[in-house]
Amino acid sequence: MTISRRGLLGAGAALGLLTGCGSNTGRDDGGSGNGPKLSQWYHQYGEQGTEQAVKKYAAAYKKANVTVQWRPGNYDEQTAAALLTDSGPDVFEVNGPSLDQIQGKQVADLTELFDGVKDDFNPAVLAPKTYDGRIWGIPQVVDMQMLYYRKSLLADAGVQPPKTLDELVDAAKKLTSKKTKGLFLGNDGGAGVLGGTPLYAAGLELVTADGKVGFDDPAAARALGKIHRLYADKSLLLGAPADWSDPSAFVQGLTAMQWSGLWALPTVQKELGDDFGVLPFPKDGSAGKPSVPVGAYAAAVSARSKHQKAGKDFLKWLWIDSADRQEDFALAYGFHIPARMSLAKRAEKLSKGAAADAVRYTTDHGHAEPLLWTPASRSAYQDALSRIIKDGASPDDELRKVVRKVSDELGRVKKKS
Amino acid sequence: MTTTAPREQKATGRRKLWGHQNRTLWFWVFVGPFLLGLGVFTYIPLGWSVYLSFFDAHNTVTPDDFVGLGNYTDMLRNEAFTDSLWTFLVFSLFIVPATYALSLALALMVHRQRRAQAFFRSVFFLPAACSYVVAALIWKMSIFNGVRFGLANTVLGWFGGDQIAWLSTTDPPWYWAVIVTVRLWLQAGFYMVLFLAGLQRISPTLYEAAAVDGARPGWQVFRHITFPQLRATSVAVVLLLVINAFQAFDEFYNLLSDSRGYPPYARPPLVYLYYTALGQGQNLGLGSAGAVLLALIIAVVTVGQAKWFGLGRKEAE
Repeated sequence: MTISRRGLLGAGAALGLLTGCGSNTGRDDGGSGNGPKLSQWYHQYGEQGTEQAVKKYAAAYKKANVTVQWRPGNYDEQTAAALLTDSGPDVFEVNGPSLDQIQGKQVADLTELFDGVKDDFNPAVLAPKTYDGRIWGIPQVVDMQMLYYRKSLLADAGVQPPKTLDELVDAAKKLTSKKTKGLFLGNDGGAGVLGGTPLYAAGLELVTADGKVGFDDPAAARALGKIHRLYADKSLLLGAPADWSDPSAFVQGLTAMQWSGLWALPTVQKELGDDFGVLPFPKDGSAGKPSVPVGAYAAAVSARSKHQKAGKDFLKWLWIDSADRQEDFALAYGFHIPARMSLAKRAEKLSKGAAADAVRYTTDHGHAEPLLWTPASRSAYQDALSRIIKDGASPDDELRKVVRKVSDELGRVKKKS
Repeated sequence: MTTTAPREQKATGRRKLWGHQNRTLWFWVFVGPFLLGLGVFTYIPLGWSVYLSFFDAHNTVTPDDFVGLGNYTDMLRNEAFTDSLWTFLVFSLFIVPATYALSLALALMVHRQRRAQAFFRSVFFLPAACSYVVAALIWKMSIFNGVRFGLANTVLGWFGGDQIAWLSTTDPPWYWAVIVTVRLWLQAGFYMVLFLAGLQRISPTLYEAAAVDGARPGWQVFRHITFPQLRATSVAVVLLLVINAFQAFDEFYNLLSDSRGYPPYARPPLVYLYYTALGQGQNLGLGSAGAVLLALIIAVVTVGQAKWFGLGRKEAE
């Protein structure tokens, strides 16, 4: 078959048009409701059934035609970039929203949706969604992290579940053998996942209530120095095929203790039965207290959406009015605490054993990253933590640099407000 | 006559516009779309990036807070950025000579191979077709994971060695072994083909003359005949290797990043700028300033290197 020159050009032009129209915003397919078309984005959850569940919720909403996009890959980066354009989502879940997104007017004010129910939301996760007295995202579920330990391995080594950071360091050393390491804090030695947790354990904060650096204190260097001791003692498992968020290393016996999330609980329970317990991150020093990081993906409305009102109505229906769906989303597929305290209290699955301990730790010792803890502050701190843990860098010197950087960042965001 | 004259004028005007046999027209039909693409997807973003670099552009591409050279001074004072340049330097010092030596050695081996030359050429070239992402994940999860059942650790175990957390240990910095070997495996075959082409261009009469003059085959012939004759190929290969090293991103990112970020060691400039501009920070002004600085550094290094090697001098003379 021969293709004429005109035919070839025609085909090329058609191809050009097709590729030019390749942008898929998710607004044009699926969805069953009447009214405006809404595009809703979620990050890809690891738990089976979650995708079908959120599509089912969207299909059940009749006042708008909601289409769900399930997005694998670097979701935070994808949404951050999409919010700069008109082709982004109308409603989306966000690991934030960040202060820059709020100050940049990229997300809509959702305060009015909380009328009469604000006090029922877990304050630890609602606070980072609140800025200037306005609420910018609806917390979907509460996620928390804790220390899993294998009871039999601790008993064999004659080790008690650690209640202080010093005890954790000693226990990890005693539990380390040729085949099993004492503790798994992630393949980077804990720099990424621990974040501010050791600082809270030392009785400090990332940012104080009046907006100042909360760890300009010798206790911070002391606590972080002990994390380095774990590394220097070779008590840490490093280079596991699956990272801290996956309980594989723990259930396979590669480590006696692992820092992971509440979501790992069903797997651990299934594999180990009763042979495990959970703890908060142990306190350090006389002013210290146990510490548990909590966080929440929030549902937000894009300020660029042409259907902001419809988007807010949909989110109110899904994340504020539909109690059954919130409970289903939190507990039927993975294992999370509902963001509404009334739902968390009545949830059968959270009422006993390690799950009940986890809920109690969240209430008693939970802390979320404050909104003023910007991504630039976080990466400066994480870099310093990595150098302290792995390179044995001086915690005092490293923290001094971080304090300077965080002060600059706090100054920058305050100037904008 | 009165009716033909305007038609002729019209035809002449069209010829001027479209050229002889419509060559100008066809030139624009074929080149135009690519030129348009280049403008829209390369030069406009490039110009926009330079524009952004003078503004405080957090979470916006249409900023209004002009900061002059503030982003540039911030970036140059930024320890993380300067560290990333050191990472690149260390990486180049490893990868450029290693790839050069390995690909030249492979080319010499394959060139001398009398039987199944095409087979060996294909075998060594095949990794070049593999994605950097896939190769990085195989290296990270199967060969160089830090537990006892990783391939490298299993082999070490046979000889009584301890397990090594290849990507998580900074003292000694074993992660370089992982990063360098994956890139070596991926690119040595491609450069081998370039050297093979160079070897095939060397005239056999040179070797015959050398044999007549008493040159011993092997090292002496390689040093005095083969290596000097490969000068042009070597210059091109080194230039490409340095530019490729500057653009390193995929294997670093996939070997060392996790959901919580990226460790400060082995973080080349592109990875750092990715996190600054496109990560959660979304500091597009600072990221753009870094990108401009990096482009300037690449330009200076490339021009300097080309001058040093005398690229194009022979042709000019």
